Amino acid sequence: MNEQVQSLTPQGELFCSPDVEEARSFFREKPRTMTNKLMSVSEAVSRFVHDGDYIASGGFGGVRIASAVLHEIVRQSKKDLGLSGHTATHDFQILAAGRCFNRCDIAYIVGLEMRGLSPNGRRYMESGAVKMTEWSNATLAWRYKAASMGIPFLPARVVLGTEVMKYSAAKTIECPFTGQKLLAVPALYPDVGIIHVHRADIYGNCQLDGITIADYDVGRSSKRVIITAEHLVDTDEIRKEPIKTLLPFWLVDAVCHVRYGSYPGNMPYEYFSDEEHLAEWIQAEQDPKTFQEFLDKYIYGVNDFAEYLELKGGESRMAELHELEPLRRIGEVPVPAKGGNR
Amino acid sequence: MKSNSGYNLMELMVCIAARQLEDGKTAVIGTGMPLAAAMLAQKTAAPSLVILFEAGGVAPKLQRLPISVADSNTQTDGLLHTSMDVIFEACQRGTIDYTFLGGAQIDMYGNINSTMIGTDYNHPKVRLPGSGGANDLASLCWKTLTITPHDKRRFVGKLDFLTTPGYLTGPGARERAGLPEGSGPFKVISTLALMGYDPDSKRMRVESLHPGVTRDQVIENTGFEMLFVDPLPETPEPADNELRILREEVDPLGLVIGKSGQ
Repeated sequence: MNEQVQSLTPQGELFCSPDVEEARSFFREKPRTMTNKLMSVSEAVSRFVHDGDYIASGGFGGVRIASAVLHEIVRQSKKDLGLSGHTATHDFQILAAGRCFNRCDIAYIVGLEMRGLSPNGRRYMESGAVKMTEWSNATLAWRYKAASMGIPFLPARVVLGTEVMKYSAAKTIECPFTGQKLLAVPALYPDVGIIHVHRADIYGNCQLDGITIADYDVGRSSKRVIITAEHLVDTDEIRKEPIKTLLPFWLVDAVCHVRYGSYPGNMPYEYFSDEEHLAEWIQAEQDPKTFQEFLDKYIYGVNDFAEYLELKGGESRMAELHELEPLRRIGEVPVPAKGGNR
Repeated sequence: MKSNSGYNLMELMVCIAARQLEDGKTAVIGTGMPLAAAMLAQKTAAPSLVILFEAGGVAPKLQRLPISVADSNTQTDGLLHTSMDVIFEACQRGTIDYTFLGGAQIDMYGNINSTMIGTDYNHPKVRLPGSGGANDLASLCWKTLTITPHDKRRFVGKLDFLTTPGYLTGPGARERAGLPEGSGPFKVISTLALMGYDPDSKRMRVESLHPGVTRDQVIENTGFEMLFVDPLPETPEPADNELRILREEVDPLGLVIGKSGQ
């Protein structure tokens, strides 16, 4: 590499407008009444995910992901989506399987952390079918954060001097106070954010246990938010520990009750990842024909996520994964929703 | 891959890597060998080393090697469960001493490629994950360590893509690009040697050869002109207690040390 790299103007495409006035106008009109938003995953995806939308997937690739929504997006053959490839591993793998997206902001894709690379994900990205813009985990997290803050960009001290900058859509600016050279990362307002949580009420008030990753800002920057929850609880349960609330109801458009909704990913405190099934995914992806049969069996050939869980061993397998979970709670059962109270 | 002294190259690399981490410091660590090294350091010379994970786990009591930098193992009995922006902001503020990375290719200034293999960005021969948090961590943490097998495909004259900044093009280049002053590459631990960087030229140089490795072997397996300190010592072998702790407590399932060199 040479000095040229540092002077090259970023040439990546900006897939989402950082126009904060446009975003404010949208949020101004977003309904804020506390209504029952409980619905099936199928209904949530048909109503809130449209062809061409830009999607942000919460969690961390194979940890606390909204698998049921991702499967449903594939099952409903959503097309031409934009994808925020932020810490994207198994979530990326699912959407790549359905060839659902044609543009991608990339911090981390194709890779599956210690599990290796996704063969199908590689084929998809190497085929030229997807427009790519490069970022990093911090810059994508800060892009959500800028949007959440309602400002068009945040300054940062990363990516500078590298080819990530060259293939990004960032810009460099000078600090008006110190003269310091800074990277400006543009606000990212996804059309749809999908987040899996530990508990939610029917209005969309939802809570997480453990690390929040980027979901505080995914939930605030996304124009529409679909929440899937392990447990459906009454609003009074949320009020007992408000510090754990990720999003209040008016940010949320749909609530889906999906027990084991992060499977085969890890759900901290509930169940560990199903490493055998994740290995089965990678194995099936080796050959496109085998992979099509795999998808026909597990996604296209079932009506919903519950049928997929049954194919993978249902409650007995989930009990095994609960045993493998390092943070599992012994003898503690969340109070289920009775309905009604706020 | 067993040497005649009864340890394999993975074990050797992890033990050497662990010794580079000073006690009483903070480190954002990725999964695999870097984490095995940090855990071993905690159980030997650096008991108060604070390990942070970019997904938001801070100072857990690590029981098992995590598979993901976000999985439950990064959160067990933690001091803090937070978010990714908070971790990177701690790095940007100057409170994180070390980061520890892998990568597909590294050049003589410690720049790393984890984005693609090939010559055309839009049609890569192999699409790799991209930066993840690597660019951010190597931009912001004070000292960057890298651990990688040593061959000509990895130690290259020219990266196919510059994902993560080392010293970029040499002395002063990081600062000119706008990266924090005084940060940068620190050590590289390979299957053949322990390397650091020449303080004047910022070029990679061998600081010690692993037992049984020759200078020529390093030269033959490196795609750029490698520098050597003079005199050139041998890397001290893993001690019995290091190997015992590594095998029994850090990685009893052989997830990292059970794998042979690639």
